[in-house]
Amino acid sequence: MAIRLAGDFDISYAHDMAILRNHGQWVMLIVFLTGLFALPFVADGKTLGLLNIIGISIIAAHGLNILLGYTGQISLGQAAFMAVGAYTTAVLMKYGVAFWFALPISGVVGGIIGLLFGLPSLRIKGFYLAMATLSAQIIIPWFFRNVRVDIFGGTPGLTIAPPRLGELVFNTQETMYFPIMLTVVVCTLVAKNIARTRLGRALIAIRDNDLAAEVLGIEQFSYKLRAFFISAFYAGLAGSLWAVYARSINPEQFSLLNSVWYLGMVIVGGMGSALGPILGASFIRILEESTVQLAPALSKMFPQAAAGMLAALGPLVFGLVLALFLIFEPRGLAHRWELLKAAWRLRPFAH
Amino acid sequence: MTPNSVSTPPLLQAENLHLFFGGLSALVNVSFQVRPGEILALIGPNGAGKTSALNCLNGFYRPQKGHILFANHDLTRTPTHQISRLGIARTFQNIALYTGMTALDNLMAARHIRMNQSMFASALYFGAAQREEIAHRRVVEEIIDFLEIEHIRKATVGALPYGLRKRVELGRALALEPRLLLLDEPMAGMNVEEKEDMARFILDIHERRQMTLLLVEHDMGLVMDIAQRVVVLDFGVKIAEGTPSEIKANPAVIKAYLGEAEHK
Repeated sequence: MAIRLAGDFDISYAHDMAILRNHGQWVMLIVFLTGLFALPFVADGKTLGLLNIIGISIIAAHGLNILLGYTGQISLGQAAFMAVGAYTTAVLMKYGVAFWFALPISGVVGGIIGLLFGLPSLRIKGFYLAMATLSAQIIIPWFFRNVRVDIFGGTPGLTIAPPRLGELVFNTQETMYFPIMLTVVVCTLVAKNIARTRLGRALIAIRDNDLAAEVLGIEQFSYKLRAFFISAFYAGLAGSLWAVYARSINPEQFSLLNSVWYLGMVIVGGMGSALGPILGASFIRILEESTVQLAPALSKMFPQAAAGMLAALGPLVFGLVLALFLIFEPRGLAHRWELLKAAWRLRPFAH
Repeated sequence: MTPNSVSTPPLLQAENLHLFFGGLSALVNVSFQVRPGEILALIGPNGAGKTSALNCLNGFYRPQKGHILFANHDLTRTPTHQISRLGIARTFQNIALYTGMTALDNLMAARHIRMNQSMFASALYFGAAQREEIAHRRVVEEIIDFLEIEHIRKATVGALPYGLRKRVELGRALALEPRLLLLDEPMAGMNVEEKEDMARFILDIHERRQMTLLLVEHDMGLVMDIAQRVVVLDFGVKIAEGTPSEIKANPAVIKAYLGEAEHK
């Protein structure tokens, strides 16, 4: 049960159900958002680059969290659905559609493809479903590599013109930061809203007890498909942003390993919490960046292993972190954060 | 209300149910009626087919022969998720709550069929979805109040003790506002005090909320106290039906429960 500060009472159901329950939280949110959007004016391009990558990862992880964390359906295809979003944006922009329209369309196209690959969830669960979604991860990159090379560009992929808004060209880390972070904020709010309303309860009901959910009138199949759609919709948005951020896409960028990284983010962050994907994606991406920074120094220390250091270090550390989280904190960073908050409010007492 | 009057049509009618699992017969030619406004108990020794009968009403099992008529629908052909919309709710022998949710959310989840916000309204929250959530929160809070579980409203149900979980599950079934409530061993594994509480809730539900109840229970004393009619199953066959006093005196029932004397 959440522990509240003294004097924090509910005066209506609307108040009880609100995310922000008092003035202090409103102030914190406004300060945070102001800080978030003021950052490009003070931070350097390198930091912003990392934040942009984190932002895109957060969106994809939010989507996967809705499917895995709330609905309990495992998917190994998140990177493939990102590819669908990225290629949709690239192709639409090639034919003159503005990015601002291509972005939501990419989400919808990603969602529809995700829904198709979610169809096996009617019959199968768990490990077998993971294998079925793995087919998305194999088929989709193959499709973009081998089908209609004139449209999708084959193995070398496609290059994308930067998005424009009037005179403004979004071609730097600073400028791309705004559309990415705006999408992150909206996606986070939507994820939180889904979690606290009818739709989210239906999804969690299916995760926790699918038979009881049926008895209580929740049609499993329809809601599983919705979860697949929403999950891949988020992936589509993330892919679309990635396309205009990287400005060059190819099928190699959306490999199975990437899907596993997104799974890792959701697990490390904490499944079934709207905060989880934010913490998980940030943690994993910062970890990845640190290994890149650390690799040269380590190469000097261990010259005999220097050759593969950069390539091996990232996956090694990622695997280790994932294993440690699964053993010591399977509920992820979000749970740790809740414990920390409770401890802070209860201080100086232990309980 | 006169639950035993013959003139009112039954609320639910199970006719000649046959249910087999391979060579094992779980139900053989079982027929019974649930009359509007009554408390009907379904009793029998272990493995008599009580829960199997409930599972047929829910659409978990599809009997090979026979029909179950409820509100002009044949439940043996209705998908499980539609049966709740017709007005049937149920609790489970082994508690089937959504363990990761709070008690409040468990009850709110049962309002699913009474709500009609779309996916997009849910995603936006502000406006229509918020109004609907609040309206249904009021209904749910009334049930929370009725079952005296205010203090655990925001506790995750997975962490609650057994007796309270049983109560939350009853609350979840009530939140559906069903016409017929199926209770599968609501008192199993409870101490005397908890049983008395549960009996009080069941009688209150029946009287104040005007609900029809079908109860599967092992505790004979309790069944005889609260049920108006009793149906007895043994090895999948209906061996008796009647008022509690008739059942107590029925030789076939005594034989099924206590065995037969060897020499008479």
